[in-house]
Amino acid sequence: MSGLAAFRALSLAIVRGFLRDRASVFFSLVFPLMFLVLFGGLLGSQGQSEVDLVQVGEVALLDEMDPDTRAAFDDTFAVERSDDLAEAVAEVRRGDADVAVEMRGDTLVAHYTETDQVKAAVTQGALRAFVDGTNVAQSGEPPRFVLETERVEDESLETIQFVTPGLLGWAVAMSAAFGAAATLQGWRQTKLLRRLQLAPVSTRTVVAARVAVTLGIALVQMAIFLGLGTAAFGLTLAGSWWMAVPLVVVGTLCFMAIGLLAGALARTTEGAVNAANIVVLPMAFLSGSFFDLDGAPAWLRAVSQVLPLKHLNEGMLDVMVRGEGPSAVLVPMAVLAAFAVVVTLAAARIFRWETT
Amino acid sequence: MADRRSGVRLVDRRGGRVSAAIEVVDLALSYGEVRAVDGVSLEVAEGEFVGVLGPNGAGKTSLLELVEGLRRPDAGTVRVLGQPVWPRDPRLLPRIGVQLQASSFFERLTTREQIHTFASLYGVAPARGDEWLERVGLVDKADTRVEGLSGGQAQRLSIACALVHDPELVFLDEPTAALDPQARRNLWDLLAGINDSGRTVVLTTHYMDEAEVLCDRVAVMDAGRVLRMDTPAALVRGLDAPARITVAPGQLRLDEARALPAVEDAVESLDGVVLVTRDPARVVARLAEDDRLDGVRVQTATLEDVFLDLTGREYRA
Repeated sequence: MSGLAAFRALSLAIVRGFLRDRASVFFSLVFPLMFLVLFGGLLGSQGQSEVDLVQVGEVALLDEMDPDTRAAFDDTFAVERSDDLAEAVAEVRRGDADVAVEMRGDTLVAHYTETDQVKAAVTQGALRAFVDGTNVAQSGEPPRFVLETERVEDESLETIQFVTPGLLGWAVAMSAAFGAAATLQGWRQTKLLRRLQLAPVSTRTVVAARVAVTLGIALVQMAIFLGLGTAAFGLTLAGSWWMAVPLVVVGTLCFMAIGLLAGALARTTEGAVNAANIVVLPMAFLSGSFFDLDGAPAWLRAVSQVLPLKHLNEGMLDVMVRGEGPSAVLVPMAVLAAFAVVVTLAAARIFRWETT
Repeated sequence: MADRRSGVRLVDRRGGRVSAAIEVVDLALSYGEVRAVDGVSLEVAEGEFVGVLGPNGAGKTSLLELVEGLRRPDAGTVRVLGQPVWPRDPRLLPRIGVQLQASSFFERLTTREQIHTFASLYGVAPARGDEWLERVGLVDKADTRVEGLSGGQAQRLSIACALVHDPELVFLDEPTAALDPQARRNLWDLLAGINDSGRTVVLTTHYMDEAEVLCDRVAVMDAGRVLRMDTPAALVRGLDAPARITVAPGQLRLDEARALPAVEDAVESLDGVVLVTRDPARVVARLAEDDRLDGVRVQTATLEDVFLDLTGREYRA
């Protein structure tokens, strides 16, 4: 009997069953992506937004800026032109604009509000700097003091850098655990497991097909996450990111084992999926999938060390964004593999063919 | 009772042994305190269509699962097609086909994908699956997902999946359970044809009429034991139950009826006078002589009477 043909037929049957189950596709692909868009898209643009400036009439100071200064100015201000001072001030008052500027002789007058104190400070500081700079330029003397700024790359990562590995870990954990739990329980309920036992197919082939499909789904999740993160949200992957692939493979096996345990314990398919959920969702919170645990109490961080998802997330952060070498994933992989073996053995001990 | 262990030895008409498709000896299986299968011995010859008949909880499915090799018996042996079934023997599996009680399908596959998947598991060309879909009349449902099939259609697909690799021996566990009468008859036509090529069929059911119509021999099972195993006709004969002859109203008075030869008893009913006799031929001949045959109805004992006689009439949940 050709084990390969049986493997292919079983894998195809499982893939079709998965793709036709809208809930599975939603929860393993769409749902985590919604979180990525939420975190990456909304929280990612927390940097200072532009100041809306209304320029009333001719303002020589602004109109005659050289191109370099103009570019710097446009980084801070979004300029809109108007000829009606009263209307422009009213706009500022309503909050539709942040500042209105006019020239009175040689004086640049800025109308602003203190509603947003940060913006008010930025506006005043920036306009003062422009006026001072123009004065210095007009005097013909080179400036005596020069300020140079150098940005220091800080330890805390930008939102998207931090959020992508964590959410990917959660997505992989969820679909691997749910897939295994629902398959085991569903196939047991319909006696399909028994039926397969009576077909000339080895248990190895059946397990291999299910594992192959789950690994395929996990790698597709990874490709979509990294692709979308890089293309749309400015995710930058560090040099050894590819080591996250074997890490995700071992992580998937680990969470399949957890799903198997849930499937072996539960008596209904719904029960199995709920059991997987009860394990995976709190684990995702405690493993830093949604937010950084650096600010969490020490005991909580200690708890998170015994959770396999924490190790998956940390390993991915190390190689994908923190720029550590390929060997950084070895310890997490070993931890996940150990979990997988222990939990699988437990599931095999608990498993019963009959549900009643 | 055939013998103490409710065993049945198989002999052909010349009295010689027939090669057995299934040999079960002293088989036993308990779940805790419950003896699901309690010392069953039986043989099924090649090409036979055998029914296992019994009330719910009689141990039919457990017996079948032991014979299929799905469970390890507490005691006793099972040989199928000359091979022991336990432990699981991958060389034996392509020679047997099984339909389990539940509809064991891959979720969300269409009818065609389903049978093609099973064909691949048995290393059989997909075209064979298509042939079986035609044979069970599911061609126009080929692109319907299994969740969208009616009960009868699902059973037919399930039977097609069990037979796609053309097994020598096939087990069908309550294939007509939960079907409406039309779907049941419809399925009988299909089932009656599946052993025409010399295939051995073992079927469990709790419908007497089904066993009577389809099976060469029937094993009546209750409380884990095979109470009797024989052809349906021999089982009915062995019951020694009287026939009931109903004569239309106005043809016969009750005292006349009681005076007829071979009549043991007579009672009035709405349909007329009912005569109870063990020699219906003689009674009917007499009625013919007296020209009282109009509207006469003769009812002999059925398998149902045998079944109730053997298993008792008390209500079971």
